[in-house]
Amino acid sequence: MKIKQISVFLENKKGRLYEALKALAQAGVNIRALSIADTSDFGILRMIVNNPELAKKALEEAGFTTKITNVIAVGVKDEPGGLAEVLKILYENDINVEYVYAFVEKSGEEALVVLRTNNLEKTIDLLQEKGIKLFDSKAVENL
Amino acid sequence: MFWNKEAETLPLEKLRELQLERLKKVVKYAYERVPFYRKRFDEAGIKPEDIKTLEDIRYIPFTSKADLREVYPFGMFAVPLSEIVEIHSSSGTTGKPVVMGYTKNDIEVWKEVMARSLAMIGVTKDDIIQIAYGYGLFTGGLGFHYGALTIGATIVPASAGNTRRQIELMRDFGTTVLCCTPSYALYLAEYAKDEMGIDPSGLKLKVGSFGAEMWTEEMRKEIEKRFNIKAYNVYGLTEIIGPGVAHECPEQKGLHIWEDHFYPEIIDPETGEPLSEGERGELVLTTLTKEGVPMIRFRTRDITAFITGECPCGRTGRRIERIRGRSDDMIKVRGVMLFPYQIEQAILEVQGVEPHYQIILTRPHHLDEIEVQVEMSKETFSDEVKEIEALRRKLEKRIEEAVGIRVKVTLVEPKTIPRFEGKAKRVIDKRGLS
Repeated sequence: MKIKQISVFLENKKGRLYEALKALAQAGVNIRALSIADTSDFGILRMIVNNPELAKKALEEAGFTTKITNVIAVGVKDEPGGLAEVLKILYENDINVEYVYAFVEKSGEEALVVLRTNNLEKTIDLLQEKGIKLFDSKAVENL
Repeated sequence: MFWNKEAETLPLEKLRELQLERLKKVVKYAYERVPFYRKRFDEAGIKPEDIKTLEDIRYIPFTSKADLREVYPFGMFAVPLSEIVEIHSSSGTTGKPVVMGYTKNDIEVWKEVMARSLAMIGVTKDDIIQIAYGYGLFTGGLGFHYGALTIGATIVPASAGNTRRQIELMRDFGTTVLCCTPSYALYLAEYAKDEMGIDPSGLKLKVGSFGAEMWTEEMRKEIEKRFNIKAYNVYGLTEIIGPGVAHECPEQKGLHIWEDHFYPEIIDPETGEPLSEGERGELVLTTLTKEGVPMIRFRTRDITAFITGECPCGRTGRRIERIRGRSDDMIKVRGVMLFPYQIEQAILEVQGVEPHYQIILTRPHHLDEIEVQVEMSKETFSDEVKEIEALRRKLEKRIEEAVGIRVKVTLVEPKTIPRFEGKAKRVIDKRGLS
């Protein structure tokens, strides 16, 4: 149930985010979800895209350092407390969240979030056990 | 392999005898023919006849690069221009250029020492040698050219630059020996792989002679790995003759000075006093056979030390360790002396980071600060901030351990630090001191 996320190292410099997104646009890559973790010197752009391998190729050709990491896509109720419910399960089971961010689009009545924890396998088992809906890569690509 | 076994393995006693004889001769020659030396000797109250032992050289005044600039262009020449067959000149970026002239005999000496240097690392007439040092008014290209010509190797005089073509030549001609600056060698390897899809280790290269800038053991390992060759260190400077003053033998443990032509001393750069063997200091060289522009006690500004003990290769010329820094490149930050190579070594020790970096000096609040920019490599990139921060801190810690002061490390995107086809500019000083 893991999905592929592409990360890009960005210097905190004018125009770098644009350059990265331009490379993706030219390759015809569509972004499903994105977030930026930033420090004063650099940032990490994390994205879920419709074609991670193509995105990686396009970005590397444009001179960027990239990495593909596994994450999970979780469907949560689009109402107050929807995400908190999921995080409570992780908290109670001693799983740490590395990062979390939201998809641009919804899937039906559910909001989609990207989640990475210190133990992905255990997270997947737990959430499925509790009846939380996870999306595989195919479902994400077809959003 | 020996080019001139007798000269290269001359017993020490004989070598010192020969050096003394030649030193006496060159001192007298310089005194009689070059007004600059006569004036200096007279001011110091010393006559050529006062030189009775090799140790007496310490009474002779030093010659500095600034002295050479003052007599621009031909003031140091000991022979009329009609006897000069070739002229070289430094770029003069920091003042007037330094001009050196070679007589026919000086060129013969240059050919000899470069032939010895190349033969020592196994170059024969069957080799194809690509010379990617600059040729125009830079002694690197022609020095290697003369040496290779003397041996009879097949020369590809590529000169510096035009990277794509360099790689095509290596591939199509089957070049076996590469001569260039070490940073350019790394650039060639990177370019071949990334831009042309050519695996540099699959080329026919077997050895390389690299110099004209400071480099480290880590860079050597990197060059050797990427090209699958043996990489050797060459030393020389235009003021003395060009490349060929000293060269590494297959032991790769220090560079043998061709002492029958160049007399080396290592001094304390502050006091000018000779240091004992093994101590690190500034290299001072005296040309023993040069006719065009004899150099007496030239201060090279290069920091090195003699390596003690005999070399298994049998050559008797003393060895110096790889150049540890230049007094010119020496950075003084908050009163602490440091050399770029120390920082380079520290970066390379932290695994996986490509050896591309730049040192930036600033003085934001009347206090010096050092920023070291290091390119992020594919291998070390993590998509978690805390891991990148950990890498950054590891670099900072290692550099601090190496140089003794705190530095700020910034990780930058790949290929954002400029590559140079000649000498690498590692330090950018924005303190407005000079």
